Amino acid sequence: MNLKDLVLRPAFFICAGIFIGMLFLPQTLPVYQLMLIESGLTFAIMGLGFNLLLRYTGLLSFGHGALFATGAYAVGMMGRWFPDLYRIEILIPVALAASLIISAIFGFICVRHTRVFFSILALALSMVLFALLVKLYDLTGGSDGIHIDLPIMFGKSYDGVKRFEFLSGGYYYFLLCTCTAATILMYAIVKSPFGMALQSIRDNEVRAEMIGIRVRRYRWYAFIISGLFTGLGGALWSFVNGHVSPEISEWVFSGEIVYMTLLGGFMVFVGPIVGSILFTYMKLYAISITQYWMFIIGASLIAMVLLLPEGVAGGFVKLFARIKRANSTGVR
Amino acid sequence: MLRIEDLVKDFGKSRVINSASFEVKDDEIVALVGPNGAGKTTLVNLISGHILPTSGKIKFLGHDITSASPYRRIKSGIARNFQITNLFEDSSVLDNVRICLFSVYDKINRGILSANYYRDITQEAEGLLNEFGIEAQKHEMPPNLSEGDKKVLDTAMAFALKSKFLLLDEPTSGVATGDKFKVMDTIISAIKKQKMACMIIEHDMDIVSDYSDRVLVLSEGNIIAQGKSEEIMEQDNVKEILFGVKK
Repeated sequence: MNLKDLVLRPAFFICAGIFIGMLFLPQTLPVYQLMLIESGLTFAIMGLGFNLLLRYTGLLSFGHGALFATGAYAVGMMGRWFPDLYRIEILIPVALAASLIISAIFGFICVRHTRVFFSILALALSMVLFALLVKLYDLTGGSDGIHIDLPIMFGKSYDGVKRFEFLSGGYYYFLLCTCTAATILMYAIVKSPFGMALQSIRDNEVRAEMIGIRVRRYRWYAFIISGLFTGLGGALWSFVNGHVSPEISEWVFSGEIVYMTLLGGFMVFVGPIVGSILFTYMKLYAISITQYWMFIIGASLIAMVLLLPEGVAGGFVKLFARIKRANSTGVR
Repeated sequence: MLRIEDLVKDFGKSRVINSASFEVKDDEIVALVGPNGAGKTTLVNLISGHILPTSGKIKFLGHDITSASPYRRIKSGIARNFQITNLFEDSSVLDNVRICLFSVYDKINRGILSANYYRDITQEAEGLLNEFGIEAQKHEMPPNLSEGDKKVLDTAMAFALKSKFLLLDEPTSGVATGDKFKVMDTIISAIKKQKMACMIIEHDMDIVSDYSDRVLVLSEGNIIAQGKSEEIMEQDNVKEILFGVKK
């Protein structure tokens, strides 16, 4: 499929329409709603990275919270230790560099195994990072975490500006463009020969090795790319949240990442994006209803796995496919 | 081309390959025959690097590849198919071949251009499917193919690796009896066209005698006879092992 074919697809028009519509959200949505959307967008970038491992490489990580925390803490620690360099154009590359190092180390250890062994190793490593974030108080702020100041963004200082003003101004557009670029980049990755190789490894590791694909090495690359997306999501999220604490490296948050992806539908490319935004709203409204909000989240996960295993986006894709088939065959 | 010297493979206390030595020359098609459990697939696994030998040497084109990784062996020109078809079930027939070509041409880690951008590779994959007679099914998923077509696709994938030496592990097993010769004709004509050497594991002695230049007989991990098929079939020990005919 060339660029012309891609542009002529209905999905392209839907995505372009959503992007254009989102450009006008700061003018139409209340600030609080906008912050929820922004939080969802940062999770979406993370979800895209997570799903590169789950959907395309067949590896379920229960430790991605650590990679998210790496990006978020890179921003926080830069603000704490290098306040002169607290500019978004420096912070994002630093967060990516930190994510690259941590995901390269974690990945090197984890991809030596698959299935449940991979999942448990990733979980264990994330808990090691969690323990370090809690214990290294002087460096990380311990369990108190680190407050995230507003950064200088492309030469513009936000000193004295309220966070909600920052978030409903230039930062929203920066985040939207970054999320769009990340989505396009991930789409290109999964459609490239590299993406095909990952899917071959997922489907049949033995055969993949026997056609000359370096299975472990490509799994490692996938883990690193996944870590970069996740770390980027964490860095961008830190500005939205205004505070980072070790909880984002804990297994509970890693479980939430899995939940978001399943909610949207991990078999569909846009599933993690849909799931991340839906989860942000679901969690907030569940918390506002009851202190037992985790019960609601848990019950909804059980219901979804039983009734809609394809996830929300996957369900829509299935529905559209059924309608299309019915229209072409005349059978309903 | 391929030289096996005193190859031994033990699984625990069980010796599966016992000091096997033989040679395969350039452009030669060698059949490896023997009863079930003789060690034929183990031998293929040893040559392809799927498992490593306990002792002995494997030399390919003069280089010692005894402990080389499967990746190194493939890059040096050894490819294989599988006794039980081993395909990428969630990818189309065309993509099963395309991924092999991407691997051969080292395109996998060369940026993030769409796989469809490489039209020359898509055309080559289509040409290969055409050569193997399954181009019409290029958009099908492997589970929708007949057993015969799955076997042909499996072999086409090994063939796509542009190897110099092809290991075919029972290329007609599971194929309907009437289609066996058609499948073999397709495979052998492609092999001869590319002037490859080949080692075929096969149980059907008609296929062995029709398509191979030389036959190796393996029994309990030992090569007990080798030579032209008509000569081999006359030997009493071969008759006894392959057909249960006692003198």
